[in-house]
Amino acid sequence: MSTTTRGVGRTLAVATRATLVLTLAVVGYTAVVTGAARLVAPAQADGSLVTGADGTVVGSALIGQGFTDADGAALPQYFQSRPSAAGDGWDAGASSGSNLGPENPDLVAAIEERRAQVAVLEGVDPTDVPADAVTASSSGLDPHISPAYAALQVARVADARGLGEASVADLVERHTGARGLGFVGEPTVNVLRLNLALDDLEG
Amino acid sequence: MTALTTLLSLGAVLLVLAALYRPFGDHMAHVYSTDRDGKVERGLYRVLGVAPRTEQTWPTYLRSVLAFSFVGMVVVYALQRTQQWLPWSLGLPAPSEHLSFNTAASFVGNTNWQSYSPEVTLGYTVQTAGLAVQNFVSAAVGMAVAVALVRGFAYRRSGTIGNFWVDLVRGFLRILLPVAAVAALALVVGGVVQNVAGFTDVTTLAGGTQSIPGGPVASQEAIKLLGTNGGGFYNANSAHPFENPTQWTNLLQILLMLVIPFCLPRTFGRMVGDHRQGYAIAGTMAALFTVSFVALVALESAAMGTAPQLAGAATEGKETRFGIVWTALFATTGTGTSTGAVNSMHDSYTALGGMLPMLNMMLGEVAPGGVGSGLYGMLVLAVVAVFVAGLLVGRTPEYLGKKIGPREIKLASLYILVTPTLVLAGTALSFAVPALRDSVEGTSIWNPGVHGMSEVLYAFTSAANNNGSAFAGITANTPWLNTALGVAILLGRFVPVVLVLALAGSLAQQDKVPTSAGTLPTHRPQFVGLLAGVVVILTALTYFPVLALGPLAEGLI
Repeated sequence: MSTTTRGVGRTLAVATRATLVLTLAVVGYTAVVTGAARLVAPAQADGSLVTGADGTVVGSALIGQGFTDADGAALPQYFQSRPSAAGDGWDAGASSGSNLGPENPDLVAAIEERRAQVAVLEGVDPTDVPADAVTASSSGLDPHISPAYAALQVARVADARGLGEASVADLVERHTGARGLGFVGEPTVNVLRLNLALDDLEG
Repeated sequence: MTALTTLLSLGAVLLVLAALYRPFGDHMAHVYSTDRDGKVERGLYRVLGVAPRTEQTWPTYLRSVLAFSFVGMVVVYALQRTQQWLPWSLGLPAPSEHLSFNTAASFVGNTNWQSYSPEVTLGYTVQTAGLAVQNFVSAAVGMAVAVALVRGFAYRRSGTIGNFWVDLVRGFLRILLPVAAVAALALVVGGVVQNVAGFTDVTTLAGGTQSIPGGPVASQEAIKLLGTNGGGFYNANSAHPFENPTQWTNLLQILLMLVIPFCLPRTFGRMVGDHRQGYAIAGTMAALFTVSFVALVALESAAMGTAPQLAGAATEGKETRFGIVWTALFATTGTGTSTGAVNSMHDSYTALGGMLPMLNMMLGEVAPGGVGSGLYGMLVLAVVAVFVAGLLVGRTPEYLGKKIGPREIKLASLYILVTPTLVLAGTALSFAVPALRDSVEGTSIWNPGVHGMSEVLYAFTSAANNNGSAFAGITANTPWLNTALGVAILLGRFVPVVLVLALAGSLAQQDKVPTSAGTLPTHRPQFVGLLAGVVVILTALTYFPVLALGPLAEGLI
């Protein structure tokens, strides 16, 4: 065996030992972080699950869901989320955006169709429909809508529930998150939390 | 409003980095220079069988890098191919041979290109014992190589450039592990999940069903960003609310990606004994980063193109909580560093906006680049810049007191040729060879027209530059793309490493030439301008023709 071959063999042996040791260290790190997370923030570590009026888990505060019937028609008593490209819509096991490009005819057609649908549902002029209502998010699981899209839906939701518009608008405002420090991120409305609060209001 | 937000967000990020620059950069310099080993480290060196005070020549250092990376590849490949027998695999089968090869190359090469959808492909064991391990160690390898090059400039008449095993262990134990652990817990507090619960089935408010995923996400997320890796635990990466739930986690993630690449110039300045040199390098990185970020905000806000115009804003593929500005800041960070993490879908950007992430990678990942690779990439370009300046004024070029002779400039020139060759050859082959073209056009491309060409160009740019982000509509899980992109990743990672270590060896052997009146000062704004100019001109000359076929054609016609 030449010196070089011996050198390579020795180096590979060191490399193998290093890989093993570092793998153990990273597995240990994962275990320690998992344990510490249980102590520091157990609710978040488990996925920020939220429960409905009867105490059963109805989803995660961070994962958006659709508020439609089995046929995909919007339930008028609920605020509607953005369009979703995750699986067949809101599939939390298949997060994804549409990845449709800016000139893709499928995207252009989808936006036109959504704009018309939202305008009919809310009884407004198509030009009043905000951008987030007609475009799919990046994850397909966006839990939020813009305050503009929430405001657009207040009258319809109030009407469907026989509530005053002012009390619904008030609820929306209380579920609107501001920009951090006035410039970090965008203001948002968490749709699942808002709809749960609406159900609470009635129940 | 947008202009003010843009300014404030960039200002806030740069301010935090400026505050960390000295303490963290000095800490890293200490880590890689000290003669003292910790107790745990001494134990590790015994287990490994290495003598920590013995420095290596550049070929030995290189052999260690390559052997360690080779073993890593074998392990990640083997873990995937045996997934069906591993615990905590969520009942998932083994990925195919070509996908396993691609993923192994991708994570060992600090790229984290993902041809697969993680939540339906890989269980917790492969993610933790395979991918998360490489997230740590591929980052430590990048930093080690960068430090070896810095030693080349700092040492005089030396036959050695440090000890790889010591650099690896120290980078892992003293830099990556502690920062990642703290960051992981901060992310959990922000809402990132950390469990081994698998999927939780729930009945939604509207009466539908939803399977809510779990996983040890925060622990992996922290090192995904800190080590400029970028591989998501979930398909949607940092757009997924379980990876990046709030505006604050988004800010933290941006900082994690930038902190090591932006502070390593301080480490460099300290080790070569002149902090001004570090400021010049960091300044060049920051200038390129700033221009790219502002341009991206402007283009995405302008919302040019049929679909964005129709929608009223370029919100397709963007999350509500981030908005245009913080999406753009993340995208510039994810592609300006070699992370490749995304909090939005670049494929749905406006045509010209989508070109900017591509350009960030085409710069060679130096603004500020990956952990380690950003610094060594920029130092190689600095060598080219002093050579260009030398040609202009007719003097022998020097950098930091080291002569840039024929051997040095040959190595630097080869370095800057590697990734463009891989990008252009890979893209060209995909369309020129009929059988490959059928596969690419029939299966891989998602969007029609020139945008489809951009998807392929983006993929090879991302792989060769070890970024890992994508125009994600592309289906890369085909034998051709898995293999070609895997090879591009390996060559794009390790050929430059060979050249950089050879350069380090050659520089270390030289004595320092004293500065004279004829020496080009490399710490002044003039040099920052020259260096940035060299980076931009090289990129523009190399890639303009191919960009004209893709994003420029889509955006301007």
